[in-house]
Amino acid sequence: MAYKIIKSTIPAGNYYLSGNEAVAEGAIAAGCRYYAGYPITPSSEIMERISVRFKDLHGVFMQMEDEIASICSVIGAVWSGAKAMTATSGPGFSLMQEGIGYAALTETPLVIVDIQRAGPGTGQATRVASGDLMQAKWGSHGDYYIIALSPWSVQEMYEQTIHAFNMAEQYRVPVFIMGEEAIGHLRERIEVKGSLTIFNRKKKKGAPPFGTNQDDGIPPMPSFGDGEKLLVTGSTHNEIGIRKTDDPDIHSRLVNRINKKIVNNRNNIIQTDSHHLKDAEVIVVSYGFTARSALFAVEQLRKEEKKIGLLRLKTIWPFADEVIHDIGKRAKTIFVPEMNRGQIIGEVMKYASCEVVPYNQTNGETIHPHRIINEVRRLIK
Amino acid sequence: MSRDLEEYLRPGIASTPFCPGCGHGILMNLVLRAIDDCKISMDDMLFVSGIGCAAWIPSPHFNADTLHTLHGRAIAFATGAKMFNPKLNVMVISGDGDLASIGGNHLIHGARRNTDLTVICANNMIYGMTGGQVASTSPLGAFTSTSMDGNAYRPFDLCKLVLGAGAPYVARFSVTQPLLLVNAIKKSLRTTGFTFIEVLSPCPTQFGRRNRYDSPADMLKTLTERCIGKEEARNLSEDLLKDKIVTGEFTVE
Repeated sequence: MAYKIIKSTIPAGNYYLSGNEAVAEGAIAAGCRYYAGYPITPSSEIMERISVRFKDLHGVFMQMEDEIASICSVIGAVWSGAKAMTATSGPGFSLMQEGIGYAALTETPLVIVDIQRAGPGTGQATRVASGDLMQAKWGSHGDYYIIALSPWSVQEMYEQTIHAFNMAEQYRVPVFIMGEEAIGHLRERIEVKGSLTIFNRKKKKGAPPFGTNQDDGIPPMPSFGDGEKLLVTGSTHNEIGIRKTDDPDIHSRLVNRINKKIVNNRNNIIQTDSHHLKDAEVIVVSYGFTARSALFAVEQLRKEEKKIGLLRLKTIWPFADEVIHDIGKRAKTIFVPEMNRGQIIGEVMKYASCEVVPYNQTNGETIHPHRIINEVRRLIK
Repeated sequence: MSRDLEEYLRPGIASTPFCPGCGHGILMNLVLRAIDDCKISMDDMLFVSGIGCAAWIPSPHFNADTLHTLHGRAIAFATGAKMFNPKLNVMVISGDGDLASIGGNHLIHGARRNTDLTVICANNMIYGMTGGQVASTSPLGAFTSTSMDGNAYRPFDLCKLVLGAGAPYVARFSVTQPLLLVNAIKKSLRTTGFTFIEVLSPCPTQFGRRNRYDSPADMLKTLTERCIGKEEARNLSEDLLKDKIVTGEFTVE
């Protein structure tokens, strides 16, 4: 197995950290030793902490000239053998999109943290939103697939960052931590365990780095300097990396495989968290910070003996289609509160057969539990 | 003077993709000669390129690690690869549009940081691959597919730009000056830090035919006549220098 258990880089125990600091610690724990970024609110604390922590760890920290250079230098470092990460927020995430498509096509494992702020445009840089979820899925051109996670606590900012590196390495894919300003700047106590499980990319001398016999396979990944005379290109390429810009079969096979390797493994990737679903007639589907408010609301309404439950999406992409299909058959109504104009609700409606009701708030503030309580009370009547 | 450089080429590569009369084939040869002269193993080389005709010089032809990247971003990719594995000898080969227009920001910041990279910019003064559009390096008055009335804007002096940004070694030579160019590439490979060589490479297909060059040979001939050494240029009046391209190694004066 390529999974192995290692000792934590920081001593086991309880720490009082912000979400952004926890991301930095999670990355370091997972083995990240290259970071490139550009300052942007509300994510900058990640690079500040990394720049300090890397000094003792022989990591390479680069503050680049922009977010385009940041993602590109991360890709370069990954092919030199690094586990690497960058972090940003909306405007920087937009600038990174071409590089993300390049990483997807070249099957470059890396982690991108997007601490979402209120957009569009420059919007409200210090205020919260979760408006980049569709951008994470569709932001770059062409057909590709990525993995996106949605942490709801500082503990999960730490744990999901480790998990993100593991999945990036296992599936050779960009993995996004779709944090939100409210989590990035929230301070909470977290528990760090003494050991953790990590995954290091598979290497196999002489094996083709861009093709396998299976149409959803994940090829091994050598590094520059291994003597493999690597050919890495963002153009369509065959299994050894030779550019093939007019062969329909090779393009089709490559694009299908980089999508299928995620879609066909989605049951191993998708994680959800259930609260009071058993007899629930109204189910709140929520993610990120909003799920904290949703859980408070659900617990409150349960005290009033309302049949309400919560399904929390820890993974946004690939989408939890089967779980939603299943709860849609049992519930009367699914309620989807979001800090955007309605992004994930579209996915819920694709797979749920019951009534699906939105609640959208885009005022730069988190959704108060009482708003959810009031809305759900009206649904239950 | 011929030399067997085949061991530097990726097995199975039978021909180059360049148009007849393109200078990039000459440059490809000269880069390999310089590496051969320096006795650098291709196992230690990483070639990074962007998008465009010149980006195909190393990828897939050179038998080494190659990273063919996004348009304009070669230096950013190379920075990550080199910083994480300093043992790699990293050379960036790309075109003028790639390195100086869309990638201009990475060029000046690479020079400012003095990242240990050898950057070779094949300057054909036009966007060749996309059909001959005007570039930030096209001469004033040049006819291109997007400047049919003549280019209205001044071109960059790439060497001054990179020198101004702090690179310790900057040179300009033409593919019609092969020995000088090989020496410059060797010097660049032996210099630690950000080194930059602007290589004038004719594009008969896109530039020549729109700017009244009768043939690729005519274009090479004109380039030979226009390129003068910086020492020679020192004694020429501004008027006489107008049509000349000053070549040589440049330092901050």
